[in-house]
Amino acid sequence: MPLKQFGRELLVIDVLAPSDTVRSSGARHENAPHLSEVYPPGAPQLRQASHRDVLRIFSVVAAVVTLLLLGGVVVFLAIEGAPALAGTSENLPAGASSIWALAGPLLFGSLWASALAIAVAAPLGIGVALFSVLVMRGALGRWLGTAIDVLAAVPSVVYGLWGLMVVAPQTVRIYNWLATHLGWIPFFAGQPSTTGRTICTAALVLAIMILPIVSSVSREAIRLVPSSSIEGAQALGATRQEMIRRVVLPEARSGIMAGIMLALGRALGETMAVAMVLSATPFLVSFRLLSSQNPGTVAAYIAQNYPEAHGLEVNALVWLGLLLFAVTFVVSFFARLVVRRSSGGSR
Amino acid sequence: MLHIAKRRTVADRVFTGGLIACGVLAIVPLISVVWTTLSRGSERLDIDFFTQSMRGITGAGGGALHAIMGTLLITASATLIAVPIAFGTALWLTEYAASTTSPAVKALARTVRGVIDVLAGIPSIVAGLFMYAVIALTLGPGYRSGFAGAVALALIMIPVVERSGEEVLARVPAELKEAGLALGAPQWSVILRVVLPTALPGLVSALLLGISRIIGETAPLLLVAGFTDSMNYNLSAGRMISLPVYVYSQWQNKGVDAQAYDARAWSAALVLLAGVLLLHGLAGLVIRLQRQNRQVRRARR
Amino acid sequence: MTIKIENLNAYYGALQAVADVSLTIQECAVTALIGASGCGKSTLLRCINRMHEIIPGALVSGVVRLNETNLYEPQADPVAVRARVGMVFQRPNPFPTMSIAENVLAGFRLRGERLSKTESQETVEHALSAANLWSEVKDRLKSPGTGLSGGQQQRLCIARALASRPDVLLMDEPCSALDPASTGAIEELLGELRLAHTVVIVTHNLSQAMRVADQVAFMATTSAANGGHLVEYGSSTQMFDHPAQSATQDYIAGRFG
Repeated sequence: MPLKQFGRELLVIDVLAPSDTVRSSGARHENAPHLSEVYPPGAPQLRQASHRDVLRIFSVVAAVVTLLLLGGVVVFLAIEGAPALAGTSENLPAGASSIWALAGPLLFGSLWASALAIAVAAPLGIGVALFSVLVMRGALGRWLGTAIDVLAAVPSVVYGLWGLMVVAPQTVRIYNWLATHLGWIPFFAGQPSTTGRTICTAALVLAIMILPIVSSVSREAIRLVPSSSIEGAQALGATRQEMIRRVVLPEARSGIMAGIMLALGRALGETMAVAMVLSATPFLVSFRLLSSQNPGTVAAYIAQNYPEAHGLEVNALVWLGLLLFAVTFVVSFFARLVVRRSSGGSR
Repeated sequence: MLHIAKRRTVADRVFTGGLIACGVLAIVPLISVVWTTLSRGSERLDIDFFTQSMRGITGAGGGALHAIMGTLLITASATLIAVPIAFGTALWLTEYAASTTSPAVKALARTVRGVIDVLAGIPSIVAGLFMYAVIALTLGPGYRSGFAGAVALALIMIPVVERSGEEVLARVPAELKEAGLALGAPQWSVILRVVLPTALPGLVSALLLGISRIIGETAPLLLVAGFTDSMNYNLSAGRMISLPVYVYSQWQNKGVDAQAYDARAWSAALVLLAGVLLLHGLAGLVIRLQRQNRQVRRARR
Repeated sequence: MTIKIENLNAYYGALQAVADVSLTIQECAVTALIGASGCGKSTLLRCINRMHEIIPGALVSGVVRLNETNLYEPQADPVAVRARVGMVFQRPNPFPTMSIAENVLAGFRLRGERLSKTESQETVEHALSAANLWSEVKDRLKSPGTGLSGGQQQRLCIARALASRPDVLLMDEPCSALDPASTGAIEELLGELRLAHTVVIVTHNLSQAMRVADQVAFMATTSAANGGHLVEYGSSTQMFDHPAQSATQDYIAGRFG
């Protein structure tokens, strides 16, 4: 007997014209028609006119388009950005001596602002997640979760306006106080900004924007901790703090890490809020948080300079975009590595 | 001894207090953002705002009709571009690629999933730059249109809708697909007439969330759709402004009467925020209605 | 319609589920497949309408004939085979997006066959009557099929399979998810169906097999890797009263305690 491989089943059936024999048999009720009546014996009775599965073709095309999109993004950015590599101080933005001299400080700014944002959003987000899952169980916890998710829906220009007109002015006094009393800490050194449009403010706004990502992913990770582990710890007489520290956080760690990486990727790419809030100085690399002289970020630099850019300056901005994409790609790659490692055992 | 060591109780109290503080602290910015937008945005939320463009306006007055129309046109066309690609890819991954043992197809499916993860991480401004690069290399660097903006937004929307669509499709019970196949239906017919109708509410909600994700996007449109003070109903030619870009340009290019520009920016922000929250609410409602339906049916059994 | 199974082997990848089964199933009778869990009886059932193949990596060799037609001949299309061989599953699975009437007509709709309005109405009434469900649902044909009770849903699924006028009706433990009253209704229905249909039913419930089956096939497996083989096959009275094989006797005795 020949073995048949049916793994990939060919779907051949008449799409457009339903078979007449079957159709007429459908109306007969009294006694079931035998195969030999419907189809003459000896003929290939069980074969129907073959047609292509249009839906399969459509879905394959869609998948291939998705695949090509990524390739397209990389190729087009590279082609349009490459001329900037040969740029000089004559034709590059802000008179940069080379594209790298421009990109370096901006990449630093992006990483620095994102790191600051994570430093605020990660503990806060995990705290919110723990609060809504383990402390405020029930309706209020759910309500808090929904409210935090609303934060994710607010468009970034709205955050920009809010950061600029509400947060920045409010922070000036705090910055003055920090500079006077804690000025000996290098981060707070120097003359504080009078407008509040510092990297610290930008990072705070960023932190609020990525808070929902950290908290929702952490929430899911914490929910996945088996209740038997939690109840086991409580049965052993652990307080809530000990239960969270010894059982919940270790078990949910990789999920929480993945959420933080995801949020980091988002912070690196955030454009409008930073462009509106941060008052940046070109080529500056500085760790000072409160100064009126702040490093810029890649994304915000592109948005701010694009409308006025011409010639090779535009190519330089495209190349910056490609660099930003590469950085976020590395971040998301590590995020996936973390997730895969955590779920690898259970699969 | 039935009481815990004092040190442990104190640590627990402090910790729980910290968690409560986190919850409160996270709500403060939300209230502040919504309140500020409401109070400052309501100032200019008049009839003129919804019926006039900014053509010829240099001080007070004017409106955002052109930006509202632009947002609707651009978002609608981005959705039309993204939906077939996103749902098609999701269908292929969940239905076709999942029912095969071919190593080549499995490898392709893994690659597609990886690509979607990477696409989901693309910063929106990079999507805009990509579209600019495409335009510069084909039509010339000066071309701006609403359609170009729509393509850039579609690029952002595809991974969002694909991922949630895939999740929704994967939740359709295998029993239903088996029932369809056992009736002598070809796979495409089972997908079209059983899988998709069953998944419809989830797919609609995925779509609404996808739209809410792009409707507030500014950066890509700033690059390829540009901004204008006038009405433009033509997607294929000429600059077309959207609400988020309107907010930005009102703030960025203030005229003499700075107050009027700020007021318009906030009003546009309020309209935008209301729209996004409406979409979120609708998405939640669709899911809740479906769940309630199921519960009612289960209760009746 | 007689079903002739000849030297049937079925595999999931490298794992063999059914080993060299040959069996002739009589027409207009209820044949029960019995045996312990994992003995391959469900797989054998799914080979009769070629549903086994939808699982990636599934393999089949051998012949299954409906009268003279080999379902596994190279030109045979599994989709067309399934249109002629109806199937009812373990858990009732009416389509949640369709009404009761639409569920009954689902086969035609899914195969792209158009029925006239009168044809549709006749088919719905006839199939629901044949499944002993008509009187219970005739006033709410437009309400969703998932609104029915579990037992009613299962009879709706039977009606859905019967509507397509299948040559054979396969049932994979159709009562295992139902309460005793619903099970009784289905068993009563089976007694009526046997008059005009060839029914093959997989069941874990030996007393059920005794009540409903004309013929009984007992399958067993020596080890999980070998796949199930046919131990004994005969009329219900012979199998339960005078089994020829000691393995059959043990199985039946063990179950009845």
